[in-house]
Amino acid sequence: MVRDRLLPRTPTPTRARRSDWGTHAALILAALLISAPLLLALIKATQPSSAVLSPSLLPGGAFLSNLERVWVDAHLGRSMLNSLIVAVTVTTGKTILALLAALAFVYFRFPFKGTAFALVLVSLMLPTEVLIVALFDLVSRDLNWADSFAAIIVPFLASATGTFLFRQHFLNIPASLADAARIDGCGPLRYLTRILIPMSWNTIGALAVIQFVYAWDQYLWPLVIMQRDDHQVVQVGLRKLIEVGGQTDWGAVMAGAVITMLPPLIVFTALQEQFSRGFALSEDK
Amino acid sequence: MLSVRQKGNAGGREDRAVFRGAALPWLFLLPSLLILAVFIYLPTLRTLRLAGYRANLILGTEQWVGLGNITDLLGSATYRQVALQTLVFTLLSVTGGLLLSLGLAWLASRPVRGSRAYRLLLIYPYALSPAIAGTLWLFLFNPEIGVVNQLLGELVGVRPRWLDTPLLAFALVTVAAIWKGLAYNIVFYLASIRNLPTDVMEASQIDWATPAQVFWRVAFPLLSPVTFFLVFTNIVAALFDSFALTDLLTRGGPYVGHAGITTFLVYQLYQDGFVNFRTGAAAAQGALMLALVAFVTFMQFRLGERRVHYGA
Repeated sequence: MVRDRLLPRTPTPTRARRSDWGTHAALILAALLISAPLLLALIKATQPSSAVLSPSLLPGGAFLSNLERVWVDAHLGRSMLNSLIVAVTVTTGKTILALLAALAFVYFRFPFKGTAFALVLVSLMLPTEVLIVALFDLVSRDLNWADSFAAIIVPFLASATGTFLFRQHFLNIPASLADAARIDGCGPLRYLTRILIPMSWNTIGALAVIQFVYAWDQYLWPLVIMQRDDHQVVQVGLRKLIEVGGQTDWGAVMAGAVITMLPPLIVFTALQEQFSRGFALSEDK
Repeated sequence: MLSVRQKGNAGGREDRAVFRGAALPWLFLLPSLLILAVFIYLPTLRTLRLAGYRANLILGTEQWVGLGNITDLLGSATYRQVALQTLVFTLLSVTGGLLLSLGLAWLASRPVRGSRAYRLLLIYPYALSPAIAGTLWLFLFNPEIGVVNQLLGELVGVRPRWLDTPLLAFALVTVAAIWKGLAYNIVFYLASIRNLPTDVMEASQIDWATPAQVFWRVAFPLLSPVTFFLVFTNIVAALFDSFALTDLLTRGGPYVGHAGITTFLVYQLYQDGFVNFRTGAAAAQGALMLALVAFVTFMQFRLGERRVHYGA
């Protein structure tokens, strides 16, 4: 199912060969264009300050010294750590809460189930950005959480997407399995941890990638709620790097931007198989 | 997500009562429902309430104006321009982004040598955040020191003022948004192209259809569920993720007419709420955007139901 189907196949060898050249050319051009901004940033991140503002496109050896200036002086290291704490906590929390919610929706019959499911789904239509004024008021004044990690973690722990995906996945698992487990005296939580979770790694992995990238990319909410620099996340930290006042140290900023890309890239690379399988599965007939 | 595909099996198998217990399911749901209630539904109600007040959160003042904020917004030349700009930006970035990513995903699914490497090269920018995209493009397109103008100046002798010329700035933000979203769209198209029914595809090839016919007559309609899903997520991304991009790249500028040309709805909301402290006006914008999102979702379900099934 994940294996290539070699589509679309071209009918005749001659036609295939000619159009293969076109395919290669188009794909190489596209890959170059898409990567160009990143390649340029990478090159500039390695050049010493004197060369960064020149047209030179030769990589230099100053990456570490560029990085050092933002890592320590501009607290990039600190804000990377903050982002990591937030993204890992949010991803883990969302996964656990969504698994529990899906367990309730699939394996229990209870009053107002439809209403509860609708409440979860409708939240997809209510993005934080739109509610931000009231959310700011609530979190900073009523809860007094401004400047704390709780403010950028707790509001994002519930996941409608996750609940929905896990529910679909559980529905594809034969009901007889759960019946057998129950007859053997297995409770719902044990069924979840011993049977459902081991059967759901692809979905969990696919979801983890999405949630991690989503949490890592958060920008507007931390920008307004977090005034303490030592608790700020790295995306907003980038803004502070540029804004230092006077001359922006672009070589250092590019080094910082490149490093900021790494954690989601690592998560994505590590979970790539699960990611494509998780979606392939849920798209299966 | 992926609801379009799943509609079929939601009906009959849904109601399983494997485990017993009246309190247990609610216990499992409690954490999710509690967080949604406090951080989504309560702020929604408060947004709607605040939208009726002329309020300033910092000063703590509130004065009931009813629909005054909404009518002010609808009558405001600035807000109307911002809404129009958002519409144009959304249309361009969603259509451009989807066509481009579908084309690239199709090419990368062809059985050419190295197609796996091509696929990886196309999807790794998924790790890009809107803020990083904004930071990179701000440097690359800086009129004086940016690499792009250094190269253009040397090769062609022109140095466009990318960020101060309204049309250029608007185009730049649109292209940056398309670029940022490509990988995400390509991931979904690649997965769906892989899952195209082999028998249908093979039949169309045996019938000597040209590659263009196979694409437009067979594959494109079969891919319409994922296209549908992506249209929706891309509209949402254009409305909301564009904030970090424009905040870093253009700061909503340059100014044309009544507003900055790259000031979109969320940016305007942020400006009014957290820079000008016009809390009521910002909440009213939130309420209008809620209506907009509700409308987009409604259309997705309406059109989705009609367009998405075939050949079952």
